[in-house]
Amino acid sequence: MPQIPQEWITFLFGRLTLQDFVHEPIMAGAGIGMVLGLVAVLIGLTVFKKWKWLWTNWITALDPKKIGIMYVVVSAIMLLRGFADALLLRAQQATNNNLPVELLNADHFQQIFSAHGSIMIFFVAMGLIAAMFNLLIPQQIGSRDVAFPFLNSVSFWLFVAGMILINAPLVVGEFSNAGWLAYPPLSGLEFNPGTGVDYWIWSLQIAGIGSLLSGINFFVTILKMRAPGMTLMKMPIFTWSALGSTMLIMAAFPILTVTLGLLSLDRMIDTNFFTSTLGGNPMLYINLIWAWGHPEVYILVLPAFGIFSEVVATFSGKRLFGYKSMVYAIMAITVLSFTVWLHHFFTMGAGADVNTFFGIMTMIIAIPTGVKVFNWIFTMYRGRVRFTTPMLWFIGFIVTFTIGGLTGVMMSVPAADFQFHNSLFLVAHFHNMIIGGVLFGAFAGFAYWFPKFTGFVLNERIGKWAFWSWLVGFILAFGPLYILGFMGAVRRLDHYDPSLGWQGLFIVAGVGVAVIALGVFFQVLQIVVSIIQRKKNRVGPDPWNARTLEWATHTPTPEYNFAVIPKVTERDAFWEMKKNPSKKKPAYEDIWVPKSSGVGAIIGLFALGFGVAAVWHIWWLLVLSLVAVIVLVIVKLTDDDVERKLSAEEIEEEEKKLIAKELKEQVA
Amino acid sequence: MNREKEELAVFSRKTLGFWVYLMTDCVLFATLFATFAVLRTATAGGPAGSDIFDLNFVLIETMILLTSSFTVGLALLAAERGLRYQSLTWLVITFALGATFLGMELWEFNHLIGEGHGWQQSAFLSSYFVLVGTHGLHIAVGLIWMAVVIFRLIQRNFKETDVRRLSLLSLFWHFLDIIWIFIFSFVYLIGGMA
Repeated sequence: MPQIPQEWITFLFGRLTLQDFVHEPIMAGAGIGMVLGLVAVLIGLTVFKKWKWLWTNWITALDPKKIGIMYVVVSAIMLLRGFADALLLRAQQATNNNLPVELLNADHFQQIFSAHGSIMIFFVAMGLIAAMFNLLIPQQIGSRDVAFPFLNSVSFWLFVAGMILINAPLVVGEFSNAGWLAYPPLSGLEFNPGTGVDYWIWSLQIAGIGSLLSGINFFVTILKMRAPGMTLMKMPIFTWSALGSTMLIMAAFPILTVTLGLLSLDRMIDTNFFTSTLGGNPMLYINLIWAWGHPEVYILVLPAFGIFSEVVATFSGKRLFGYKSMVYAIMAITVLSFTVWLHHFFTMGAGADVNTFFGIMTMIIAIPTGVKVFNWIFTMYRGRVRFTTPMLWFIGFIVTFTIGGLTGVMMSVPAADFQFHNSLFLVAHFHNMIIGGVLFGAFAGFAYWFPKFTGFVLNERIGKWAFWSWLVGFILAFGPLYILGFMGAVRRLDHYDPSLGWQGLFIVAGVGVAVIALGVFFQVLQIVVSIIQRKKNRVGPDPWNARTLEWATHTPTPEYNFAVIPKVTERDAFWEMKKNPSKKKPAYEDIWVPKSSGVGAIIGLFALGFGVAAVWHIWWLLVLSLVAVIVLVIVKLTDDDVERKLSAEEIEEEEKKLIAKELKEQVA
Repeated sequence: MNREKEELAVFSRKTLGFWVYLMTDCVLFATLFATFAVLRTATAGGPAGSDIFDLNFVLIETMILLTSSFTVGLALLAAERGLRYQSLTWLVITFALGATFLGMELWEFNHLIGEGHGWQQSAFLSSYFVLVGTHGLHIAVGLIWMAVVIFRLIQRNFKETDVRRLSLLSLFWHFLDIIWIFIFSFVYLIGGMA
């Protein structure tokens, strides 16, 4: 057999070799499991002849309701992945790496905590937020679609491309060991010559561009596509929070794009932005990444606040208390979130003046957040509170989030922060905010809006088990970390000296994570059981006696959402419509909806190709992918024929069918 | 809502969306400017701006780009009045000016690299090349876009949607002009001072 010249192989595969597929047992197990799962799905699709269904109904879909559901599915899978990472980390710390067989070596441990953080923020929290935007915003503002339906599909597929890229190291190559924000010089070429940091960079870069496009899309949607009569101060509060969040996305994500870009240039073509030689400045990176990173926290938590506001108003049977102050608080947080980033590194040594400024700004941003907490509590006051699962998540949130907020204010004191910095106290604090705030918010929203999109409610009993497991597990898992932080335990420890006496608390934290695992199990069980019992759990289009416009559409919601665009006169527009139902016969007219398009998915595919090429230095693939994306964009943008018409007659027929179906179910 | 009104609404969304995109691009450049400001003095023993910039050359570059911003405006005015060939002519001139600008920039880069002052030499040079290069990359994207418009205009006359697209292109081009004025002021004039 003739020998293939080495240059050819390098040309074709860059720095990829067969050796890169070899992993140590735990990672290999995860990798093989992932591949087998994927193969099973592919076989399943083939056996049940679902490929066409998948392509026409989902992959080419431009309907934000469908894109939203796809976001939920991807994020839920990523939540399981990120949670598996957390289990490994906690197991390692609880046993102090003192088992007969080594669980994780130091390098693997570092890869896992880096993956855990990056996945949870970018592919769980961001994914769930994007899902909520897609599912809710058009219907809440009485619109038929988003401003740019095709762009929306591109955003989603870029998100998927990033998701695949961040999971690829389970099979080929290694992941970053530099933490979820990859501080240089550790993340630079000198200390990290392998593919790990590149995987991290390109996964985030691609998904981040998708998020930026989403931000623009929903910002324009909210400003331009509200139903007649819905002035800004009549918008549902979730939409307000989304408006704040999209403004932050637009102002913050370009900074991330540049920062990641500069780091990748340092690694690819030997620039000296963040190196420790030739004038490079690693602290510049840390400033830039947090100038994105802190607003990012609010990008995630504002929509969660919005969800809780809707949930608490509905289940208290009252108007939201202090709507206006809520709006001002959201906008205040939006602005202030750009003035606090330096509190992530008070220890940098910027001097007393700078630290004081950022310390005070950090304390100030707690005020609008506090306003919101009081508004929520006053909304419940004298209401008829129904303790459904969304409401339980809400109450759990109030407790955990307030604890997290108070510990945050503790850390905002620069002098005290020199003790807390990089300790487990900090880890406990931000998990209080992200789990107690964002994740509980997403869970509340999931339970609340689930019947809107499926026509049946989730099993309440199992949902309550899940909630209590999560809450108790959460307190057990993160309470001890506050104490450990005071005792001097820093974050990212893969082992510690037994004489420090920390192990007991680490074991408690480990038990806590096990209890959370039980909660996750109940959540999966809840979905499975609810789907099995879906006939029994069927409900009408307004199962909770809700207040906002998204509940005014039929379930299942037709592609065009509203056959007749509603006229809005008041806040809580749906509540008003229920009180004063319109007696007029609806006048249907023609509606144009976007034609399905697979181009978004194909752009995502080439973006993935670009990412793989950039990680493995496969230059031909890089150029090919780039050219392909440019050509696809040109083709798509010069296409004038992107909509199809639904005639007034078709709409009338469809509406009749939907109404008849709803009536039948009400009788049953 | 009738079809025409609906199309106008779509266009007004696109215009707002494009403005908003330009503002995100503005943040992107702002970040690069901040990086340049921080690293400007980090020459690590290599040359400073005043040692390597040829201000006369950059002034000519600037004038060419400013002129192209004027001609793209004329192209849009002609297109709005339905003057196909006039619009085409101005677009081709704009394209030529833009391409000349980009060529001059590449020549300058090549010259610096040839002198041994590539982006590897110091943090200052890294930030210089990347800031100016990112602008150049945007110009290249603008040129591709313009080529598509010119190509379509040769094929057939403008439809209403094409005029609207051209107005977005001209927005983009003016925006790059403004960014360049900042680059000229901060990077070359202030950065070029000894």
